[in-house]
Amino acid sequence: MSPSVRLQEMIRVIRGARTQGEERGVIQRECAAIRAQFRQADNGTRSHNLAKLLYVHMLGYPAHFGQMECVRLIASPRYNEKRVGYLGAMMLLDEKQDASLLITNSIKNDLSHNSQYVQSLALCTLACMGSAEMCRDLAPEIDRLLRASNSYIKKKAALCAVHIVRKVPDLGELFTPAARSLLCEKNHGVLHGAVVLITELCERNPDTLEQFRKVVPELVQIMKGLVMSGYSPEHNVAGISDPFLQVRILRLLRILGRNNDTASDAMNDLLAQVATNTDSSKTAGSAVLYETVLTVMDIKSESGLRVLAVNILGRFLLNNDRNIRYISMTSLQKIVQTDHNAVQRHRGTIVDCLKDQDASVKRRALELSLALVSAVNIRSLMKELLLFLSSCPPELRAHTTSGIFNAAERYAPSQRWHIDTILHVLTTAGGDVRDETVPNLIQLITTATELHCYTVHKLYRALITDISVQSLVQVACWCIGEYGDLLLRGECEETEPVQVTEDDVLDALETVLQSHMSSPATRGFALTATMKLSTRITHNVDRIRSIVSIYGSCIDVELQQRAVEYNALFKKYDHMRYRGSVCGAPSVIAKLPEYLLGGSGEPVPSSGLSHTVPGPATSTSGGDLLDLLGGLDVSPGE
Amino acid sequence: MQFMLLFSRQGKLRLQKWYVPQADKEKKKITRELVQTVLARKPKMCSFLEWRDLKVVYKRYASLYFCCAIEDQDNELITLEIIHRYVELLDKYFGSVCELDIIFNFEKAYFILDEFLLGGEAQETSKKNVLKAIEQADLLQESETTFASSCVKLIL
Repeated sequence: MSPSVRLQEMIRVIRGARTQGEERGVIQRECAAIRAQFRQADNGTRSHNLAKLLYVHMLGYPAHFGQMECVRLIASPRYNEKRVGYLGAMMLLDEKQDASLLITNSIKNDLSHNSQYVQSLALCTLACMGSAEMCRDLAPEIDRLLRASNSYIKKKAALCAVHIVRKVPDLGELFTPAARSLLCEKNHGVLHGAVVLITELCERNPDTLEQFRKVVPELVQIMKGLVMSGYSPEHNVAGISDPFLQVRILRLLRILGRNNDTASDAMNDLLAQVATNTDSSKTAGSAVLYETVLTVMDIKSESGLRVLAVNILGRFLLNNDRNIRYISMTSLQKIVQTDHNAVQRHRGTIVDCLKDQDASVKRRALELSLALVSAVNIRSLMKELLLFLSSCPPELRAHTTSGIFNAAERYAPSQRWHIDTILHVLTTAGGDVRDETVPNLIQLITTATELHCYTVHKLYRALITDISVQSLVQVACWCIGEYGDLLLRGECEETEPVQVTEDDVLDALETVLQSHMSSPATRGFALTATMKLSTRITHNVDRIRSIVSIYGSCIDVELQQRAVEYNALFKKYDHMRYRGSVCGAPSVIAKLPEYLLGGSGEPVPSSGLSHTVPGPATSTSGGDLLDLLGGLDVSPGE
Repeated sequence: MQFMLLFSRQGKLRLQKWYVPQADKEKKKITRELVQTVLARKPKMCSFLEWRDLKVVYKRYASLYFCCAIEDQDNELITLEIIHRYVELLDKYFGSVCELDIIFNFEKAYFILDEFLLGGEAQETSKKNVLKAIEQADLLQESETTFASSCVKLIL
């Protein structure tokens, strides 16, 4: 029976196992047999046993006892044993294992082997798992191979050199001369390797970068050859001649042209040519165009070329292929700051991508849309963003609300628009807004004096519709407490006024107070608002008094404390309730958390007040009370 | 490229090629998490995703997912072409390749990959040349085996 079938037979048996336990059993038996075989003298089956072990390893079972066998097989004179040995080394050994050093000598010998296929194994393994030490040891060998060997070996040596430079950057200098001469080769594989190597060298060493700027004309020539050449069956991919090589050359040109006018000039025409002539109906062409765009935007290109590049991205946005749309937006994101106007031209298409099915595309479209907001487009763009918010995936909601608020703050065309926008967001996604939204909105409302009436009517309507969104309810309560008189008056210029009685308003606040949906903070807002209304209404003060006294025995300590203090106001300080109240208070204590913005009235003679009122357990409730009375010297917002 | 993984719809690993050193435990963890992430994606979603600090490019061919983790400066679209080229090579070699071919001949799949990519970069951009090299290497292996067995026959 041919040995390879034994491997396949084992695979079949393992796959035939019906349970995990059965599989483990089979594998344990096989591994035991393999171990035994490893210990025996060479009987021609070593490579097959190692192959079996590698299969078992891929299934996730331990295979470290095969490491020494890899070392032995690599040293074997037989090609098939070397082949599997090197494969094993790449799978089981990495630079962290001690055994990896043992193969350095074998690799060294194999690099000079008279069969190129053996040399190839050594090169491949070194490039895959060579440690810094191994690289240092073998670098001169690689350099030799870079200069004097056939194309098959040269192309591999070039990529091996890339790995060496990544591990030991200092060795870059060693490879620079050879890399330079490789550019004259005609073989695409070698050219590709050379370009990758030069790219690596230039990225790590600015002096080398300076040196290689001189080869820009040569690179341009090579690219021209590729772009203009007729159909070459060997390298053609969907009508593009060797897109892999084209992409790497473009990337190298990008590095060479960055921050350098001369180099950028030298490549300008070529880039325009590639941008115009490359057929992007298939991925290969789009890949080349994409790399071209990245290069154009990163070097010192002419403005015409930049516009061309942005237009390519715009075209990509309309592509049926979702991958291309995604790539386009990633690139647009990178240039939206520097080439803002050019990107603005494609705003419509970007906004359309907000409706894409794919969440990653949606996320990119959101980022871009937010970056494109300006004073000019704020109204129309905000409509789209609000529409997006109503159906956006949950993981994007917080980011969206945040972005909308920032944009509104920067570019709001009017206060009313600003307030409307925030209210819209709270109604749609009030559970996903940041904590500061409530005080920020309160402050905004306070400063928009002409809109107090409008705002309180709107918020009252929102409150009686739905009390589940805490942030909205909190602001509504505060507003009603503050401007309840405007609400009760039943007139409003800006919007259809509601006709409510004092009882209706108190009902609404009590509903909030009693609802299990209301958080403790929200209840606090509602209670304070109820209290404040006692100064604005005439008929139902007793009702308020009774609400407040009920909460004097509330299980929530915060609420209870508040209620007790308000009760005290009713009882002992009834005459103070009107003075120092927030009627007609103009200024705002900025950024006070929670509910007691609404200012200080005229200073109240403090005398014994702060001492007789029960000391606050938390500073905020102390601040509350004093704010209600107004004017006392207390630092706000702790 | 940092690594390439091939796995089935059930999450079984069929090939793993690592171009950066990682501890075995870490490899297992990365594989498990990434496989889960990719398998959770819907069919129409785009082939690119950001995962940890890497860019991941994946494509499904029949029952196999081909998944590559690339660096920030790498071109995602050309990576798709690289994946496609590898599939074409497998297809040409095995003659209409299917998952079973890769399971039962996994070492060949690796040999082919190693003739196409080296150290995580493409080493040969001509399909013909890669296939020719594999053919020659296989012949070398064959001739050794037959030589060895004919030697044995002679001795006996």
